[in-house]
Amino acid sequence: MTDILIVEDEQAILESLEFILTRCGWSVGVARDGEAALEAAFRFRPRMILLDIMLPKRGGLDVLKTLRSNATFASTSVVMLTARGQQYDRQAAMHLKADGFITKPYANGDVVDAVRRILDNQPRPVAHA
Amino acid sequence: MLSPDFVILTAVGYVGLLFLLAYVSDARAKRGNAGFLSSPAIYTLSISVYCTSWTFYGAVGTAARNGLEFMAIYMGPTLVFVGWWFLLRKLIRIAHSQHITSIADFLSSRFGKSSRLAVLITLIAVVSITPYIALQLKAITTSIQTVSVAKGDGTGHLAMLDEVTLALAVAIGMAVFTILFGTRNVDAREHHPGVVAAIAFEAVVKLLALVAVGMFVIFGVSDGISDIYARAVEAGVRIHEREPFGSRWVAVLFLSACAVICLPRQFQITVVENSNEDHLRTAAWAFPSYMLVMCLFTMPIALYGLSTMPSGSNPDMFVLTLPMVTGHDALALFAFIGGFSSATSMIIVASIALSIMVSNHIVVPLALRAVPLGEETGERDIARLLLRSRRISIAGMLLLGFLYFWLTQDSDALAPIGLISFGGVAQFLPAMLAALYWRRATMNGALAGISVGFVVWAWTLFLPSFASVSPSMAELVANGPWGISALRPEGLFGMKGMDPLVHSVFWSLLANISTLLCVSVATSQNALERIQASLFVDVFRRSASLRPRIIRGSASTSELFFVAERVLGWQRAGALFDSAGVPHRQGNASQGVSANFIARLERELAGSIGSASAHILLTKAVAGDSTSLEEMMQMADETQQAIEYSHALELKSQELHSTAQQLKEANGLLQDLHRQKDDFLSQVSHELRTPMTSIRSFAEILREPEDLTSAQRVRFIGTIHNESVRLTRLLDEILDLSALEHGERNWENVPVDAEEILEQAIAVCEALAKKRLVLIENGARAGDCLVLADTGRLSQVFINIIANAISHNDSENPVVHISSRVTLDEYIVEISDNGPGIPPQYHNKIFEKFVRADPDTMRDSQGLGLGLNISHKIVGKLNGRLELTRGALPGVCFRITLPVWREAEPTLTALEGVQVNT
Repeated sequence: MTDILIVEDEQAILESLEFILTRCGWSVGVARDGEAALEAAFRFRPRMILLDIMLPKRGGLDVLKTLRSNATFASTSVVMLTARGQQYDRQAAMHLKADGFITKPYANGDVVDAVRRILDNQPRPVAHA
Repeated sequence: MLSPDFVILTAVGYVGLLFLLAYVSDARAKRGNAGFLSSPAIYTLSISVYCTSWTFYGAVGTAARNGLEFMAIYMGPTLVFVGWWFLLRKLIRIAHSQHITSIADFLSSRFGKSSRLAVLITLIAVVSITPYIALQLKAITTSIQTVSVAKGDGTGHLAMLDEVTLALAVAIGMAVFTILFGTRNVDAREHHPGVVAAIAFEAVVKLLALVAVGMFVIFGVSDGISDIYARAVEAGVRIHEREPFGSRWVAVLFLSACAVICLPRQFQITVVENSNEDHLRTAAWAFPSYMLVMCLFTMPIALYGLSTMPSGSNPDMFVLTLPMVTGHDALALFAFIGGFSSATSMIIVASIALSIMVSNHIVVPLALRAVPLGEETGERDIARLLLRSRRISIAGMLLLGFLYFWLTQDSDALAPIGLISFGGVAQFLPAMLAALYWRRATMNGALAGISVGFVVWAWTLFLPSFASVSPSMAELVANGPWGISALRPEGLFGMKGMDPLVHSVFWSLLANISTLLCVSVATSQNALERIQASLFVDVFRRSASLRPRIIRGSASTSELFFVAERVLGWQRAGALFDSAGVPHRQGNASQGVSANFIARLERELAGSIGSASAHILLTKAVAGDSTSLEEMMQMADETQQAIEYSHALELKSQELHSTAQQLKEANGLLQDLHRQKDDFLSQVSHELRTPMTSIRSFAEILREPEDLTSAQRVRFIGTIHNESVRLTRLLDEILDLSALEHGERNWENVPVDAEEILEQAIAVCEALAKKRLVLIENGARAGDCLVLADTGRLSQVFINIIANAISHNDSENPVVHISSRVTLDEYIVEISDNGPGIPPQYHNKIFEKFVRADPDTMRDSQGLGLGLNISHKIVGKLNGRLELTRGALPGVCFRITLPVWREAEPTLTALEGVQVNT
């Protein structure tokens, strides 16, 4: 069981996110494109996903839509990341029931706060013994 | 000695000659071979019909009695032709465009085609010209008596005739002659080339005759002009007893100026018979010159006659008697023919002009009213009616002239009679001037002005000429009616001591002009009057070809055509009438129209103004209700205006529609541009935010360095550095793109060796290739090749394409293949790789901004998607092409094609080509 799945195609950003979230004590998985993201979601069953919108192969919104149509991820929170910061993206994401929306560039503390708020409010899943 | 028989035979023979001349001229004109007949010379000579026997004989008489007064008779017309030729030109232009047939027609047409006005003017003209014809009869009679009977030898058949019988004979002869002359044409048009030719011939004869007598007097019996004057002084001749340039002189000057415009025969010759407006230019100087020659000899003849002839001899006949007393019969006979020419030409033209007026404005309308319009009235009948009425009118005119002669035979001088006529026709002048220049002048104004002026003239000048008829008439003239001296014909309102002529001219024209002004201001014009007023006053402002020709007369066809024209416009109406074979252009071609045609016309009209209006309009027009016709004209005009207005609105709305369409398109284009700009900004924003995100993030991490290992620190700082470089490059590329799009100053195209540049570019990329473990493979090469380019820019393109090929190649053994070749006039470089290639759906887009064939392969390239776009633009500016193609290797192949620069090629042209593209 992984706490957070980070989906990001920019190597430097992925690396920095992985560093700050791991430092806070969460377990982190990564994916670099839309298809890899879905694969990783099934494999890691993350409690939440940080999902970039501009992704190769399969866009972030498309991935979100697929997740939301699957009962397996009913309790999985998804926070979108975007560098475009356009109103259209935010609305589309909210419509697809994203749990948060973070515009790049961001302060590291904001990302950590957002993740912590979500994970703290989630009931801790029963550990499969 | 001349016997009366011989004189009369000579006169008849002369008339025969004239007739022959007229006949031949008519025949030539009919064959379309007018030539000399339609020359300005003939025109000018025919205008000299102004010089009648009154001027031929009477000028000498006037000079003998009143000194230089005779000069005024010549100076008035001279002033008009020299100073007022523009007025005559306007008259002629209008007459041609409106197909005017006479002065009555002219004024009636101008004032709303008023038939009342036409009738009034015709009647006034007949009354005014009657004394003038009488004058000619008197001149002919007296001259015949002078050259024959006066000698007293009593031989010949005609010797026993008294003056009145002779005058009657002359009148009958003239009537027959004029009828033969002027009404031969069955075709009742108003041009008479034969008559004009005869008149011109007579003008030459009378001039020659007068000059011959003048020369005879000056050089034959005297010893030059000074001798004549010396003799006159010796004989105690005094011809300057009267003040020569007083008010009477001015009045005569004015009347003669009026006459040359308003006399029906002058209008006929100067305006109606004019075939070419330009002839007026010649006449403007030639006619005054003619009159100058005519009057040169007047004074010498008068002086010589007064000093040598026994007292009591008639000075009017000096031209004849001077040659006779010295036994020069041949010259006397020639002078007689000259005088005869003057008289006959006036009688012919005047009676033709008057007969046209009488038949067109009085007889034909009456006849048409008598014949119901529904019945078929053949054109032939109308033509026959016209000819008959003209013949009768001519006979009637001469009869009137004879009667006047008979009534006033005791009056001795010729000139006063002529001035009475002048005074009568002068009443037309105010209306004429208003017709030409005062748009507001109304029909009622003209009618009232002319009527009042005519009445005053008749009372003050015409009536007194009958003073010798009876004692009661003499009493009336002397003391006024019922002894009211304020109404005395020659002294209205107690005016005394004024010359009767001046008195009459003053009062009649004062009354005429003031009435015209007041009534015109007080009354308004109807629709037709307004149309006609603008056609006349603005004749020079309208293009002749477009102006509707409005048909005169009261015939039903013209009315129908007029209705049709107002509603349908001239062209459609004309086409309609033509197709139905209904004449409409020819003024006098009046005939009934079939019910079929009227029905068809009604349909056509209904298409424009609605069926109800069309029906009302036509019902009234067909019923011949001519007074309400003008109201209908107004109605039709208003309807037409409404139609035109709605048509204009329709055009406007179409215009608006198309403007809106254009605006819409322009707006769409702007929106496209706007969206492109938004997309671009959004892309730029994204591309800027991405490196900034990692820079910021790592910078924050590095703020707490104690948690980090030194290896981590080095790595994170390296990342920040790389991302900063990427950010800088992005900004550079954006600025570069902007520079390319907006033009660049330091772009310099010179002939450069493309191979050398390619070589350098490959060298630059070697390091990157080494780092990526990519093999650069050199294919066939072109050797050196000159192209016209900016070295830096061309190098940029090569480096960009090669670096792309290196960076995007993720195959196991990456290879980039570079080859070049030269064809006839092109230098071609191909750069291919064995990478993944570009998916077909991107082939059309890869040269656009921020397009990456596959973002996944862009991972480490640090390219931003602007490179290909920039390269594409640069190659375009070099007049070359950058294309995606198939190359030596299976992956992507870019081909760069540039035109080869050759020594012989003018550099300037190539440079211009570049400038056009920048």
